[in-house]
Amino acid sequence: MNVQDTTRSWKAKALGITISAAVLITLPFALEKGLSEYYLYLAIKIMVWALFAMSFNLVLGYGGMMSFGHAAFFGVGAYTCSLLLVKSSCPLPLAFAAAPVAAALVGLIIGYFSVRISGVFYFATLTLCFAQLLFILAFKWRSFTFGDDGIQGIPVPNIICTDISFIHYYFFALGIILICIYILWKIARSPFGLMLKSIRENAERATFVGMKVAHFRLVAFVISAFFSGIAGVLYALLETSVAPDLLFWTTSGDVILMGLLGGMAIFLGPAIGAAIMVLLNSFITSYTEYWALVLGITLILIVLFFPKGVGGLAYELYQTHIKKRGG
Amino acid sequence: MPILEVKGLRKSFGGLTAVADVNLEVHEGHIHSIIGPNGAGKSTLFNLISGYYSCDRGQVIFKGKDITDLPPQEITRMGIGRSFQVTNIFSGLTVFENLLAAVLYAKGQGLRLFSNAQKMFREETEEVLSSVGLIDKSGESAGVLAAGDRKRLELGIVLATGPDLLLLDEPTCGMSPVETSDTIDLIRKIAEEKSLTVLFTEHKMNVVFSISSHITVMNFGAIIAAGKPEDIRANQQVQEIYFGKRDDPSSR
Repeated sequence: MNVQDTTRSWKAKALGITISAAVLITLPFALEKGLSEYYLYLAIKIMVWALFAMSFNLVLGYGGMMSFGHAAFFGVGAYTCSLLLVKSSCPLPLAFAAAPVAAALVGLIIGYFSVRISGVFYFATLTLCFAQLLFILAFKWRSFTFGDDGIQGIPVPNIICTDISFIHYYFFALGIILICIYILWKIARSPFGLMLKSIRENAERATFVGMKVAHFRLVAFVISAFFSGIAGVLYALLETSVAPDLLFWTTSGDVILMGLLGGMAIFLGPAIGAAIMVLLNSFITSYTEYWALVLGITLILIVLFFPKGVGGLAYELYQTHIKKRGG
Repeated sequence: MPILEVKGLRKSFGGLTAVADVNLEVHEGHIHSIIGPNGAGKSTLFNLISGYYSCDRGQVIFKGKDITDLPPQEITRMGIGRSFQVTNIFSGLTVFENLLAAVLYAKGQGLRLFSNAQKMFREETEEVLSSVGLIDKSGESAGVLAAGDRKRLELGIVLATGPDLLLLDEPTCGMSPVETSDTIDLIRKIAEEKSLTVLFTEHKMNVVFSISSHITVMNFGAIIAAGKPEDIRANQQVQEIYFGKRDDPSSR
């Protein structure tokens, strides 16, 4: 790469960041004025799921571990913060911080037993079982979790309250999510991220490079659980309610679908998948109750024709575009 | 003192004894080959030494320490690097990343979470790249390399872990004669430069005799001969295994 190229790519980067920032800042006002509060709510929902899907992708896309139990961390994050706010006088920042820590602890326990298992099938089954266990716990332990009533009317401080407008909450969530995504991005391209990818590619070779494979997998699992927990809190505060559904296996399924739809090999892929899922869910449900059917067909088409997902497809198109321009 | 010592090593699979009470000494700086027909137990012996299989009986001593049945990653970290008969690389990563992963791990950077891997230890990685002759394929995906290049990449990965003893399981398997002689020259050069000890298995006899300082011959899981190339060449029993029994006119 020569000097000219470096300056050009630096300029392109700066331009990209400026445009993204402008869009992200003006978006909530445009949505609120131009469309309605509901669209602003959807935008936040997409961001929250994007964070969840990207945290999950550290395990699936980078680590090659098919976790079918990520609902556990999303749900534990949501419940920890909500229960602290409802049942104690714990201030929000503390309750917020406790949630990812709790999720990471649960991740440590589930991960400890799961990562040493070889074989995609057993790993998926075991993580699924653990998550279902937590679902049953939240569902049946009424005195502590309010059972299937869930927790309604979670008290949210005025500054990020969503009663009148979602604008404040939008910026609150955006700030936290951007920081999280930045950290995840750093991890993805760090030496640790490379170890993780090499283990995904060939665990045997990694072992004979000297790596303790289970150890690396566990660290990835715990980090992923931590950020999934943050997504869970943001979700709970957005809805101001939580229900055991968050811990149900379908939540784990949704986040896997987001990875598949968007593309697991691209860092931002799962975020694209999250946007597709949330939008499909919201708009198709208003036309037909068979939205899952439409989603299923979309998914089959994508897996058959664009196995790298929408994000992967976009990336390939971009690459060929650059090659053409380069000569 | 030998760098690697194998004492009374035994391994059975069901009723089949793959390695039967094998004793072996490999001395520092030697290029030591193990030959024998298919199924003689060469690969099993490698798998026992490197911790891939657990031993039924016997001992493996490396640099004076008992490493019998240690987990493979610990044996690797102690300085035994191995390649596999069926090439084992990180297919989905680029050639550069394959070696970078091994270099970064060997340098104790594996748990660094926030620095940019691509900017670390570039020189060391490029040094390994050029020593195995893959510098111009640095950016290619490892999965699309030709068979010979894949073997060399695996050799690079092994070298990047900074071993003292190389275990190479048929390093020229599937290579053309030209590639074979290039690879053999490469192994010899690297072993000399880094003063490595090499223990390898091989089927091609010309390769074995051209590079080895010592040869051990296995058959049916046991060692039937060991010594310098010229001794092995003259050994009656070895000749019988490889060239068949000489016709004895009196037995007709």
